[in-house]
Amino acid sequence: MDINLLSVLTGLIVLGATSGVLGVFALLRRKALLSDTLAHAALPGVCIAYLVGGKQLGWLLTGAFISGLLGIGAVSVITHRTRLKEDAALALTLSVFFGFGIVLLTGIQRWGDGYQSGLDRFLFGQAAALLPHEVVYLTLACLFILAIVAVLFKEFALLCFDRDYARVIGLPVRLLDALLMGLIALIVVLGLQGAGALLMVALMITPAAAARLCTHRLSLIVGLAALFGGLSAVGGVLMSAFYGRLPTGPVMVLTASALFLGVFLFRHLMQGERQRQRPSLSPLERGQGEGK
Amino acid sequence: MPLEVRNLTVVYDGKPAIHNITLTVQAGILTGIVGPNGAGKSTLLKAILGLVPRASGEVWLDGRPLNKPRGEVAYVPQRGSVEWDFPANVLDVVLMGTYARLPLGRRPGRAEREWAMECLRQVGLDTLWRRQIGELSGGQQQRVFLARALAQDAPVYLLDEPLAGVDAATEGVIIEQLRRLRDSGRIVLMVHHDLQTVRDCFDEVVLLNEHLIAAGRVDAVMTRENLQRTYGGKLVFLQDMD
Repeated sequence: MDINLLSVLTGLIVLGATSGVLGVFALLRRKALLSDTLAHAALPGVCIAYLVGGKQLGWLLTGAFISGLLGIGAVSVITHRTRLKEDAALALTLSVFFGFGIVLLTGIQRWGDGYQSGLDRFLFGQAAALLPHEVVYLTLACLFILAIVAVLFKEFALLCFDRDYARVIGLPVRLLDALLMGLIALIVVLGLQGAGALLMVALMITPAAAARLCTHRLSLIVGLAALFGGLSAVGGVLMSAFYGRLPTGPVMVLTASALFLGVFLFRHLMQGERQRQRPSLSPLERGQGEGK
Repeated sequence: MPLEVRNLTVVYDGKPAIHNITLTVQAGILTGIVGPNGAGKSTLLKAILGLVPRASGEVWLDGRPLNKPRGEVAYVPQRGSVEWDFPANVLDVVLMGTYARLPLGRRPGRAEREWAMECLRQVGLDTLWRRQIGELSGGQQQRVFLARALAQDAPVYLLDEPLAGVDAATEGVIIEQLRRLRDSGRIVLMVHHDLQTVRDCFDEVVLLNEHLIAAGRVDAVMTRENLQRTYGGKLVFLQDMD
């Protein structure tokens, strides 16, 4: 295996694991759709950053981060200042920002000298395009996120379970909420190049959802989500490397979904097995129950 | 050290939910808040806790204004205010009560676990400590919330209808624990929905319907006129209050 592929693989495993971990909190805090909106809203930021300052990855991702946060801000303003509910605000924001992003992207590729810009990799993800030093920064940023989650684990958990109680015992709830959302925005932006704006949210939510089906212990869920996220990255990177230039994002998402499906079917079968073994409810009794 | 509420008003969507409430809640006394649906009982608790914005008025505890509580008030919210399929077991939830005293980022250790188990014993749930909270009955969930508040070991206890829809055993446990808190000199203020049991549960009672109708010893407050003023025409059935 060549060294470049190995470095990309390492970086994306860490990225997948981190997305899985944050995905758990996004699920519990009911921010799955907000994360999706954020990822889509990041696209125009990438394009504007490209137009203004060139194609260095750090710069493009800064643009993505800012425009993603603007998207969240738009959702917040629409929800609080109008009578529209959050789902409407999310749908509006996602489509407006993403539509604008597509217009800019197409414009850059048609009219400028940007037909070689490679910006379309931010749509579907192209992990192989990551340079070795970019992988290092990506990995460091992910480890930074994981460290914060590890330190504030109990605070984030309480915030998700019972926000009012967290406030009453004196936790800085708004700050924690903003921090959690900031970390989610950060991981979404970090994943843009690898997974793409369209599917980044699936890399967060699918491993987390699969882990949620496995157990009721939060620490285990978080660990499993990291494992599933990492495995999805392996599947995505290897398949896209060996089968021509498949975009990484969709393949990673397919791997994650296959894991989810596997867990789902396994749980389903186990439950059926347990019910069959339970002696209390014989077919006769069941028949009587229905007869009532 | 009483809990003092001074001229407290809360406005929801331009309409006052509670209006100009002034109230002193003494320590060592069990105080109930009673009133019809939509009277602002829960809102009063939340305004004391700073969970809803106060349009005007102040809350004082121990001679200091209480704007942002930092663990000095233990709150037992209504059971329906959280989602019980959250991935946590009984002990996890009770341990949350100890977070008030733990610094940010510090996990609960052995001392906290033992204390949380002791609080679970108080409410009779110590054998169920590993149970997933979604698998508990409603009464058991209410007891878990009470145990979490006990774990906080605070000088003030505010409870929002802890007896609503619970079984008789749970009702007994909750009332016993509230009396224990009262006898150890805490401030205990509880929203209650059942007029029939007011005399059995409380030493003092507050009648609330947006405005404060009356407050004081149960016998003095629970008069026919006061109840009529609180419930208006809605109170068709009246016990013999004399």
